[in-house]
Amino acid sequence: MKGMVAPMSVMKRVSLIFRAKANKTLDRMEDPRETLDYSYTRQLEMLTQVRRGVADVATSRKRVELQMNSLRQQQTKLEGQAKQALGAGREDLAREALGRKAALQGQLEDLTTQYSSLQADEEKLTMASQRLQQKVEAFRTQKETIKATYTAAEAQSRIGEAVSGISEEMGDVGMAVQRAQDKTAQMQARAGAIDELMASGALEDVTGPPRDDIQAELDRMRTGPDVDLELERLKNEIGGGPAKQIEGGANSGAAGAAGQGSAAEQPQAGEGS
Amino acid sequence: MIVRILGEGQLEVADSATDALNALDATLEKAVSAGDEAAFRPALTALLDRVRSLGTPVAADSLAPSDFILPYADADIEDVRQMLKEDGLIPG
Repeated sequence: MKGMVAPMSVMKRVSLIFRAKANKTLDRMEDPRETLDYSYTRQLEMLTQVRRGVADVATSRKRVELQMNSLRQQQTKLEGQAKQALGAGREDLAREALGRKAALQGQLEDLTTQYSSLQADEEKLTMASQRLQQKVEAFRTQKETIKATYTAAEAQSRIGEAVSGISEEMGDVGMAVQRAQDKTAQMQARAGAIDELMASGALEDVTGPPRDDIQAELDRMRTGPDVDLELERLKNEIGGGPAKQIEGGANSGAAGAAGQGSAAEQPQAGEGS
Repeated sequence: MIVRILGEGQLEVADSATDALNALDATLEKAVSAGDEAAFRPALTALLDRVRSLGTPVAADSLAPSDFILPYADADIEDVRQMLKEDGLIPG
């Protein structure tokens, strides 16, 4: 690698490389008019490409935003569970919930960094797109002028300069789009990994309704006393007096007589009484 | 002279600044050829900062090519090396 780097200014060499690219465009066509039209077509393509690039980065940013929201929701839920657990005197459970909340914080910070980076890329690309747009507009105007005065000796050098200038801008924008796409692809991969993690339940486990062990424990604690109360009430009812006993008996008898409706009615009667 | 910072656009810089920029550029070039990442970052930052502070933005509708082109701010040594290859980073 060292051998390839001649002792010459970095900034000069980069500009020479850009110039060489522009010259390739200039040498491509025999008729300078064709060069102008060819370059203009390439400019429009590049504009489309950079706009697509901006849209891709925006999509990626929105995806990260959704993931951040979802992680924040889970954190809020865990904190609620911790409070609930503390209220019920279960410090161990509260500690567990807060521990899981803290674990999500790392993910959230990582996503926040990604988000800012994507936001910055989006802004940069948007500005690059605007710069190119203005230059393409200027090129179009100049192209028509040059074409009208094509036979003049001056036209040749003007074409050279306009094409070099715009091709440099396209090279710059093209690199920016490329870099943004590479970065976006990396972030998409990481975002996909988090999505997978959520889908697998590794994160959802903590708070998701079916597998949420903290919630299950809290639910057990809550339903515990309720069940006891209900049992107590039922016991009282049963021991309360013959009138109620008859009423209950009549109800179940009616339900039995109703036949088809009995399955639906009986649990309701049990809950209500 | 016109200097382009890749990703940021073109700036018009007075010719009198040439020596100062060349000195900073020489430091950058040394870091790139030595593969010295530790020296590279501050050298690039110093050069870009100087250009930004001395330059004024070129008119939006100008089609003039740049006299000098500088790597984008977050480029690393490998990026710069790729940029210096004919078939490197520059598309088209």
